[in-house]
Amino acid sequence: MSHHKETFVTKYIFSQDHKMISKQYLITGIIMGVIGGFMSMLFRLQLAYPEQHFTIIEAFLGKRGMGGQMTPDMYMGLVTIHGTIMVFFVLTAGLSGTFSNLLIPYQIGARDMASGFLNMISYWLFFLSSVIMVSSIFVHTGMASAGWTIYPPLSALPQAMSGSGLGMDLWLISMAIFIAASLLGSLNYIVTILNLRTKGMKMTRLPLTIWAFLITAIIGLISFPVLLSAALLLIFDRSFGTSFYLSDIFIQGEVLHYQGGSPILFEHLFWFLGHPEVYIILLPALGITSEVISTNARKPIFGYRAMIGSMLAIAFLSTIVWGHHMFVTGMNPFLGSVFTFTTLLIAIPSAVKAFNYITTLWKGNLQFNTGMLFSIGMVSVFISGGLTGLILGDSALDINVHDTLFVVAHFHLVMGISALLGMFAGVYHWFPKMFGRMMNKKLGYLHFWITIVAAYGVFFPMHFTGLAGLPRRYFSNTAFPLFDDLLPINRVITMFALIGGTAQLIFLGNFFISIFKGKKAVQNPWRANTLEWTTPVEHFHGNWDGDIPEVHRWAYDYSKVDGNGNPYEEDFTPQNLPIREGEEEF
Amino acid sequence: MKALFIIAILAAIAIGFWQVARLLGFTKSNQVATKKENNINGWLMLGLLAFVHGLLIYFMVVYGDVLLPKLSASTEGESIDTLFKITFGLILFVQFFTQILIFYFSFKYRGNIDRQAIFYADSHKLEMIWTSVPAVVLTGLVLYGIWTWNKVMDVSKDKEPLYIEIYAKQFQWEARYAGPDNTLGEANVRNIKGINTMGVDMQDKNAADDITVLKEFHLPKGRKVVFQFRSQDVIHSAYMPHFRAQMNCVPGMKTHFGFTPSVTTEEMRKNEDIIAKVEGINKIREAKSKELVAAGEDALEPYEFDYLLLCNKICGSSHYNMQMKIVVEEEADFNKWLKSQKTLAQKIN
Repeated sequence: MSHHKETFVTKYIFSQDHKMISKQYLITGIIMGVIGGFMSMLFRLQLAYPEQHFTIIEAFLGKRGMGGQMTPDMYMGLVTIHGTIMVFFVLTAGLSGTFSNLLIPYQIGARDMASGFLNMISYWLFFLSSVIMVSSIFVHTGMASAGWTIYPPLSALPQAMSGSGLGMDLWLISMAIFIAASLLGSLNYIVTILNLRTKGMKMTRLPLTIWAFLITAIIGLISFPVLLSAALLLIFDRSFGTSFYLSDIFIQGEVLHYQGGSPILFEHLFWFLGHPEVYIILLPALGITSEVISTNARKPIFGYRAMIGSMLAIAFLSTIVWGHHMFVTGMNPFLGSVFTFTTLLIAIPSAVKAFNYITTLWKGNLQFNTGMLFSIGMVSVFISGGLTGLILGDSALDINVHDTLFVVAHFHLVMGISALLGMFAGVYHWFPKMFGRMMNKKLGYLHFWITIVAAYGVFFPMHFTGLAGLPRRYFSNTAFPLFDDLLPINRVITMFALIGGTAQLIFLGNFFISIFKGKKAVQNPWRANTLEWTTPVEHFHGNWDGDIPEVHRWAYDYSKVDGNGNPYEEDFTPQNLPIREGEEEF
Repeated sequence: MKALFIIAILAAIAIGFWQVARLLGFTKSNQVATKKENNINGWLMLGLLAFVHGLLIYFMVVYGDVLLPKLSASTEGESIDTLFKITFGLILFVQFFTQILIFYFSFKYRGNIDRQAIFYADSHKLEMIWTSVPAVVLTGLVLYGIWTWNKVMDVSKDKEPLYIEIYAKQFQWEARYAGPDNTLGEANVRNIKGINTMGVDMQDKNAADDITVLKEFHLPKGRKVVFQFRSQDVIHSAYMPHFRAQMNCVPGMKTHFGFTPSVTTEEMRKNEDIIAKVEGINKIREAKSKELVAAGEDALEPYEFDYLLLCNKICGSSHYNMQMKIVVEEEADFNKWLKSQKTLAQKIN
């Protein structure tokens, strides 16, 4: 493979190299994560100390935080942008963009993505949408504040709340561009995985990471266009006077002209993406976890085919359960029953995955590298958060906990924290591959232990406030004496949130220092089987210096024994090693 | 000055990181886990197990009493509560069981160079078990759930329910009773004028006896009530947690939900759980009042239990304070109260 002549611009900015694009996604994602995470710390302060004055609030929020207390509109703006940034910009683009780009060419044995150019466009569209989203925070009338689900009419009418003015326009434009970026990325991932696999890399030999990215891209391709149309119709209603979502509205003393539309239509379109979105976030994290756990347990992933099967089942089911977000919108009870049925079905493939992870740990030789700790944490949190889905997915039970903090606790654990832990696992595990250096493990350990304790400390107690009937998106619960006794719980949550948030500085420091100062990585530091570790440590366009390696086996031949039950010399066998004499392929 | 201060802090943080980086030996030490580190992290995994379960148990014991009363205030709510208890029990069991496995295995099989992991990649028998057991349990849960759902969502005329409309707007609730004919008159936002804030169509003869109320509405104990919900501006959600009731109010649409109140406000105030909860809250309020009085402000009113209707769908600035009081009383008292209210027609004329 020829080495291109590269200028600074083509190498670091408008790069078409999957490795550089992956780093661009990661660093943009981290910056967005810092913004989104910091917002949550501000509104947690408000919830725990509604009557206290904080200079930090005035310093950051200006006139909307005058005297150190934020306004209700500001509060709703913060939760809205926090949700949007975390869901889309950090856990969709930051997670999937980083690791799909990094690992797909590496692990399937390709020199780059099918289209490096589209890949570059995809990143820069994402970058553009990030810039628009961040700038929307600063507009005069306030950022979008109708909740990250932006249900109309609240999001459609500037009269309804001040955030539904320019802030919402920018939100919609940013998301439309984001979706275009995501679709270009997904197309590229699918084409690359299907067409550019190296010799011998059958679909049944693909690492689970690649399966996860493939399935994620397919769900994204099916569901993101629906959100795009939802956003476009909302733009029409807002700017051109159409009535897709609006009807019979009387606001601020006047009847508006809208007639015949339905806000429920928007909810259907939104959640047709919104629910698969959970798995767009979660599956890459689960894929990363599979790889990291197997490598560090020095044991094959248990039930490889069942893992693929359950991911496919989850992907299929994820597209027919969106109605469980809408049980109390007045939908026909029969339809509610159908959605309850399909929703609870997801528990079966999820249970299979969870037990397969646990069995992979069993009788392993667990190497607690930082990535491994985060992966184990991910499995634990995924189960803790997933179980309460049995309550929320059951229409009858949803009635009383719908839109309470119980929901917030549930989805933060099952898709927020667990995907975040999966992302950290990926960063620590593949850092040597990305930057040619190692991250510091002691700081990594500190980061993990504080983060996991804080995560449970925040979200376990939050379930209880929800069960006590406290609705989400309440700027303050002082208007209801009924909730006075929940304040101590809110303070505990805030304390853990501040600790957990601050602990991320350890990660940031470790990450950026290691890029420049980390110990030089060896070629295969974790002694893993997958193909990316057969490439040289230093990066160049094309990945392998000579021929692309041929693949002879699956990715999980760890601690394999020969026909007589004796272990081989090394406890791992890379995918490119031919089957040994007398050895049976698994 | 402020900018200088911030720069100074950032510089201090950067220097701090640099020193830490030096001390931790970024460039030198081996960054792959050693046997000692495997050992320490293995033990910490056990610690995490204790923390996760300890936290859950602590909150269940200490804060169990702040949860909604175990007693549902509607008969339909009772079947929801039963389903909830079964599901919650199941969740707790699975949670304890699986977390113990994860963290115990993490501890037990922590890395050790003297041992090799086993090559164990598949077992159809095991996978059959953890596919079929959840499948069977879920079948039960789904059937029971759907049965409960259909029971709760019944808004048919069979039980001759009382019809009430709950009307939402930024940031206030209103209620309308159907009157002696028990039929609500038609309404549309285009009819909103003056005192007719709900846009009731006064030409409709069913509307002639409709009664509108603000601030609080009453319900009779033991009679099925079917609510019709409307909104005039944005989506709101009528949430009545004590009755296990919730339904969105959607502009341009009518939605419905029904329940049978089973405990009057007075009876609920005498419930032991409620007495304990109210006492707890009042202790907190007294302490806060002392602070307020010391600061020269008014003391807080003591809390008395009431059923409430809350808004549970983000609806704008005052979403956090959109409430209406609900009073449940014996049917005779209810009828007396309703008779004392003026009809909308009387108010307009």
